[in-house]
Amino acid sequence: MERSVAYIALFAALTAALGLVPQITLAFGVPVTAQSLGIMLCGTVLGARRGFLAVLLFLLLVALGLPLLSGGRGGLGVFASPTAGFLFGFPVAAFVTGLIMERMRSLPLLPIAILASLLGGILVLYLFGVSGMAITLDKSFTEAAALILIFIPGDILKAVIAGVLTAGLARARPGSLLSRPA
Amino acid sequence: MISLTSPLETWAHRVPVGWKLAALSGATLMLFSLQSIILQVAALTLALMLYLSAGSLFARSGLKTLRILWPFFAVIVVWHLIEGTPQKGLMIALRLANTVALANFVTMTSRLSDMIDVAAWLLTPFRHIGLKTRALEIAIALVIRFTPLLGRRGAQLIEAWRARSARHPSWRIALPMTVLALDDADHVAEALKARGGIH
Repeated sequence: MERSVAYIALFAALTAALGLVPQITLAFGVPVTAQSLGIMLCGTVLGARRGFLAVLLFLLLVALGLPLLSGGRGGLGVFASPTAGFLFGFPVAAFVTGLIMERMRSLPLLPIAILASLLGGILVLYLFGVSGMAITLDKSFTEAAALILIFIPGDILKAVIAGVLTAGLARARPGSLLSRPA
Repeated sequence: MISLTSPLETWAHRVPVGWKLAALSGATLMLFSLQSIILQVAALTLALMLYLSAGSLFARSGLKTLRILWPFFAVIVVWHLIEGTPQKGLMIALRLANTVALANFVTMTSRLSDMIDVAAWLLTPFRHIGLKTRALEIAIALVIRFTPLLGRRGAQLIEAWRARSARHPSWRIALPMTVLALDDADHVAEALKARGGIH
């Protein structure tokens, strides 16, 4: 119990701390923040249930008024902004990522961690994110999708990094992968 | 940790947080159903007056938080000029500015401790059906304590990288950062258990 709470809190904090990492800009000028990397890691390391709770805790603190989102954003306003859909999608993304990790326990870690991050952290997250933009900007789903597809290459990069990090963690701290207990 | 609450005491700081949140929910729902530009402009004027009623310094720092919307305003303007529906674009931009401005007003005038109290109150029904919310309260405190710590750890790792390499620090520092976080989590778990655990 204590370990679960500590891990959930620490991964919520890690997601927040990754938002402090200065954003990098891809070759074609799209800014990429490390925050969604944190969401993916919550799923790949903590598994579905704990990963979901960690991201929910992170969002709760954002809603309470802490500037934990990348760029020092926070408060209730971000839940009404065009990118709010991504915020609502964050916990579900972590859950799906974790679920894939848990269900495919017998398969090799690195490719599954990357696949789980791709499906949870991109496919599921964008379903929510694009829907949110479609609602707040009053556009159709495909129109809203066209506005943000440019961010996908950066996210694919992050999914690969999340997979490599998860595999690295499994080597450095074998007992820490709660999504795949030994 | 610095929260987004305005350090300038205003009249709105003294309004109970629960009321502000209820009013915000109602206002947001209404803004999404108002389909008239005049009414949206009226609502935005009201929102501006709300900010100004708390003082000009407060209003200025409040308007700064709306900066995150500029890229979206730009997209809306270009989109609707091309589509030939400028009225609809104006409507969307106004509604966006309105909802975000009102939500930020509540955040700026509500202390973190009061917000946490409201969150704890909202969890009351869960406590009645036997769920333990103590773990959540400890977890909130842990995140608030650990976020700046992890940020500092990251900064130290970047410095260590710079001391040894001429190249820019890359995503590679994320692994040691996460390993340090996990070790911290283990220490905290042991410390919690040693102090009687979470009940």
